[in-house]
Amino acid sequence: MSTLAPSTPIAGRFTRAWSGRRRWPLVSVAGGVIAAALVLLPLWFLVVEAQQSGWSEVRHLLERHSVAVLLWNTIRLTLACTALCAVLGVAAAWCVERTALPARRLWAVALVLPLGVPDFVVGFGWVSIDPALHGYLAAVMIMTLALYPLVYLPVASSLANLDAGLEEAARSLGLGPWRAFWRVTLRQIWPAVLGGCLLVTLALLAEYGAFEIVQYRTFTVEIFTEFKLGFDTVAACVLSLVLVALSIAALAGELSLTGRGRSARSGPGAPRRAPRVALGRFLLPVLAGLGALSGLALGVPMGSLVYWMARGSSTTLPSASILSAAGHTALYSACAAVLSTALAVPVSALAIRHRNRVTVLIERLAYLPMALPGLVIALGLVSFSVRYAFSLYQSALELIVAYAILFLPLAVVGVRSAMGQASPRLEEMGRSLGARPAAVWRRVTLPLIAPGLGAAFALVFISAATELTATLLLHPTGVNTLATQFWAYTSEFSYGAAAPYAALMVAISAVPAYLLSRRMSTLGRAERSS
Amino acid sequence: MSRLSVLDLWKGYAGAPVLEGVDLEVPAGSLTAVLGLSGCGKTTLLRVIAGFERAERGSVSLGGRTLDDGRIYLAPEQRSVGYVPQEGALFPHLSVRENVGFGLPRRERRGEQVTALLEMVGIAPLARRLPHELSGGEQQRVALARALARRPQALLLDEPFSSLDASLRSHVREEVHALLRAQGVTTVLVTHDQEEALSLADTVAVLREGRIIQRGEPAELYEQPADERLARFLGAVNVLDARFERGTALTTLGTLQLHDDQAAGEAAGVVMVRPEQLDVRVCDNGGRDERPAGLEGRVEECRYYGHDALLQIRPEQAGDGELLLARVHGEQALAVGTRVTVAAHGRATRLR
Repeated sequence: MSTLAPSTPIAGRFTRAWSGRRRWPLVSVAGGVIAAALVLLPLWFLVVEAQQSGWSEVRHLLERHSVAVLLWNTIRLTLACTALCAVLGVAAAWCVERTALPARRLWAVALVLPLGVPDFVVGFGWVSIDPALHGYLAAVMIMTLALYPLVYLPVASSLANLDAGLEEAARSLGLGPWRAFWRVTLRQIWPAVLGGCLLVTLALLAEYGAFEIVQYRTFTVEIFTEFKLGFDTVAACVLSLVLVALSIAALAGELSLTGRGRSARSGPGAPRRAPRVALGRFLLPVLAGLGALSGLALGVPMGSLVYWMARGSSTTLPSASILSAAGHTALYSACAAVLSTALAVPVSALAIRHRNRVTVLIERLAYLPMALPGLVIALGLVSFSVRYAFSLYQSALELIVAYAILFLPLAVVGVRSAMGQASPRLEEMGRSLGARPAAVWRRVTLPLIAPGLGAAFALVFISAATELTATLLLHPTGVNTLATQFWAYTSEFSYGAAAPYAALMVAISAVPAYLLSRRMSTLGRAERSS
Repeated sequence: MSRLSVLDLWKGYAGAPVLEGVDLEVPAGSLTAVLGLSGCGKTTLLRVIAGFERAERGSVSLGGRTLDDGRIYLAPEQRSVGYVPQEGALFPHLSVRENVGFGLPRRERRGEQVTALLEMVGIAPLARRLPHELSGGEQQRVALARALARRPQALLLDEPFSSLDASLRSHVREEVHALLRAQGVTTVLVTHDQEEALSLADTVAVLREGRIIQRGEPAELYEQPADERLARFLGAVNVLDARFERGTALTTLGTLQLHDDQAAGEAAGVVMVRPEQLDVRVCDNGGRDERPAGLEGRVEECRYYGHDALLQIRPEQAGDGELLLARVHGEQALAVGTRVTVAAHGRATRLR
């Protein structure tokens, strides 16, 4: 794109479009600036909203909402859940990747699949069969079961690609198996563990639905309640800023911990796979443990969905409403996926082809929504539209833009890796073979990055289709999506009516979770055979 | 057939100059090799000629048409300059056939012309393959066919053979050479391999620190390099102290004729004699009274290469100077310690 702005066959024009890779590619810059502005817009309006109330009012608000209690609730939950996810994720990944576990492939899929069940559906699954579940312990259990795959996945792939030579060297230097694992293997997979923990932390800070179901008050729940029920925008915005600060602290913490010591391999050739450890007398305990984990994480929510679907079929279901909800979900998600992917293209192009201080800043900003809960983005957009563009308030466009901002990091990840592999040398070759810039973009660049664009679209589509919090705030009046309709029924305890909506959302997001686990095992295979 | 001219070309990156006034004339239909160590600016020179980079100063013209002179700048697609990069840079999403046809108008992409090109470079059976299914040599041939498909007025080859195995390299090199001869396209090849430059090119230009320090036919360059550094880069040398008298050089190897234009200058200096110019004869101590001509010495080391051998000879009398290098036929390889006499034939080249 960058250098490939459409141009006319006048030499002078070409000069401007092509000549300098130093010069600014206008189309990309415009796209990148729009993306950055969109990310900053909701944050900016939170600050505006909070600032207008004045400092004393802010302090008063923070006291009134007993921020200390909220902080304590949020932090003790985050610490416990993240630690549990880390332990479960690493243990499960080690068992699957490094031991002679029977039916490995099956376990690999079963352990990843909970990723495809939205957190609030997991909460629904548990609470609908045991209404007594509530409070801290329930929240910790449910969120751990919902989120541990975020640690499992990166750690398993890191273990699969780990060079056996390192462990063997440690053993030959006199370390026992446990100490070798502790001092060598764990150090190698540490970045993957930390990365997974960061994702868990950010997901916990952003979660609303599951905590509402188990009646556990975190920042996000309080903000939502304040805005939706108390109609207090200022309080919601002030609390949101505290939440953003927490997320950014988590991000900074992970960065500072990962920065030290990279795992690098010297020497050519593919790493060698370690032999799998025979389980021996640990076989039964390991099988029981993995069985319990996937049973609780996958079996209970699924079983509960099936149970309520079966019971719910007696109560008459207006099938038209589920079709219309599914249609709206698909429409909004597809639009958001297109917008997000379109914004990710110039951001990636700038970051890769025109790397400098400004473009790196744009790229970082595009990743910022990772630390912005959907609720925060929705609040910022509400504040903006109420002040400056009331016609946008609760319009489909606003919801789509919110999704596009929220999931921009996913789109950038997908597009960026593809763009990184599309060498600028190939574009130059296209030019020297007589193709105009626009033709090179169409015939060379686009086919090369198409898989990345497809992945970005799919990731954003699925995430948007199962998003609850921002959707509850922004969905157009009178229009329901799968998530909002599910939520409406759940709030009335009409579990039977809610179940089909949840099942449909699970069906949509189970596909990529399954593909992810498959992709990992084929990647492992390819690396071993090469 | 077009003549390629580069005049006083300057180009740098981030303030660091890479090309500092390069002049290069490539006669129409000839092959010029630009020889230089890595980092000397070879690739930058090609990229400016191809139009991937703009010249800061100076001009590039092809067949009388200005490609770049600071005011006029033609985009790469308007230049009719073919480019074969080091790694081939085939389009990974296109088959061999589609790669070769990339630069042709849509109608001609499926036509006979592409088939003829594929046959010309000997890869017709691979037409449907994707680039990653080809070997390094095959990829190079596809890249060459692709560059030739548009009948460019000039062709640029960036170290086209360096990524190939040694065994394959000379083979592909010869094929490409024959092909370029047949096409008669004006060609610039850059390389760091002096053997490749000397054996392939009509003219060799040596690029060092952003400048062309010497340009000439391969034999001219080998026999009369501009300085000692270049002399050593092009091959093994004997560097001898000399006194000069009337167009000759007096050295430990006797009186040697200088090249015609080197007679002038100071009375003492340094000359170069290539190892091939030394004649080595084994001293016969069989009692014959024939006094051997030349310098006496002992073989100190013998490096055997099969087709030839390189002898290191230590002159016997003190003060006769350093080790001498002599190249002899493989069957003349001598045992260490053999006593020999050494004489030189041909002309000596004055270095300073």
